Amino acid sequence: MSDEEIDLGSLPDEELVKQMHDDLYDGLAPEIAEGTEILLERGWSAEKTLTEALVEGMRIVGIDFRDGILFVPEVLLAANAMKAGMEVLRPLLSESSADRMGKVVIGTVKGDIHDIGKNLVAMMLEGAGFEVIDLGINNAVESYLAALEEHKPEILGMSALLTTTMPYMKVVIDTLSEQGIRDDVIVLVGGAPLNEEFGKAIGADAYCRDAAVAAETAQALVLARRSSVTAS
Amino acid sequence: MIEPLLEDEVAFAGAAAEARVLVLACGAIAREVLAVISLNGWTHVDVRCLPARLHSTPDRIPGAVDAKLAELSGRYGRVFVAYADCGTGGALDLVLDRHDVERLPGAHCYGFLAGNDAWDAMQEQQPATFYLTDFLARHFDALVVRGLGIDRHPELKTMMFGNYRRLVYLAQTDDPALDRSAEDAAAFLGLAYERRRTGYGELVPSLTRFVREPARA
Repeated sequence: MSDEEIDLGSLPDEELVKQMHDDLYDGLAPEIAEGTEILLERGWSAEKTLTEALVEGMRIVGIDFRDGILFVPEVLLAANAMKAGMEVLRPLLSESSADRMGKVVIGTVKGDIHDIGKNLVAMMLEGAGFEVIDLGINNAVESYLAALEEHKPEILGMSALLTTTMPYMKVVIDTLSEQGIRDDVIVLVGGAPLNEEFGKAIGADAYCRDAAVAAETAQALVLARRSSVTAS
Repeated sequence: MIEPLLEDEVAFAGAAAEARVLVLACGAIAREVLAVISLNGWTHVDVRCLPARLHSTPDRIPGAVDAKLAELSGRYGRVFVAYADCGTGGALDLVLDRHDVERLPGAHCYGFLAGNDAWDAMQEQQPATFYLTDFLARHFDALVVRGLGIDRHPELKTMMFGNYRRLVYLAQTDDPALDRSAEDAAAFLGLAYERRRTGYGELVPSLTRFVREPARA
């Protein structure tokens, strides 16, 4: 990117959105907050701004992360920039909560304090229209159960970075089954050492390899469940 | 000798002219592997080290090991891989099963250096622990401060290390310079500091068992 200062307010909508994708890629939080405010002032809805400027920008970041062009530090800076935009949008999005996709309870499992991936997923889920209840790190099964009881979410998301902690996801899923509440919630799992086979083996509904996939999977499974309930 | 281990593949040939066996190791434990071999006088063992920087991108380890084992196929009577699972989530084991090659026990280098049971106990006691080995203490600036971009973006320090509470330096050797580096690293990250002398841990019995095992028919 050029170091030349760009007057975001002078750009037409299409160019401004492209510039915001570049600014997200470069992790420029103040520019993203400014671009978000400009789009809102021009009459863009919060949902449209979120989807076309922020979520699409992060989708591009996610692709380059998956392809090994970007690494964790760059993705973190991009996420920090998206957060700055989300802070502008969040009050407006909560006003139109009727359109929300539903609730997600998400947290890193017991013994694991790594939350970089989980935070990215939470942000992308919020961007996809979910209300996210983030339990943070190091969650025992009791913490997940209490949150499910309190919030009645559509989705439970669990994350782990360590091969030593990822088996705990099965403890949580088995407990849900024992208590007869496994089918009340869609279970998504993710984390660097996980894979599709592990997700199937522990009885999760889906393994999500990155934050963008998590958001798409969450939307698809919630819509599928709603249509099956409507049809039955 | 050690700095290239971060970025490059490095080969160390044993002194004996033949009867070679190979240890394919992570560059981050090259010194330790070479020390165990030298102390035992195993002159028939060659060592190849893959770049230590793979430590920061575990998803690339299985492919790198697979490619190296395929390249060296048929050149050694027996091969041992001096990696743990190293965050590959079992993907490294799938590669090793295909090549019929063994690896070090446990999930991480911290485990086999500290002793896997001792490391599990440390994790149980305080999951919010960041570990350094001799190699990581020596290269903390290159791998963490510069490697993760914290020098250019100080805000990354909190994003990446905000959940940690203590730094444990698993010391393979007694080196006051490394002690200072590790303690400085803890101060830089704002973590409580602890030093544990581990020596070479389970590296010794694992390599010994491999080297003394009779050649397969």
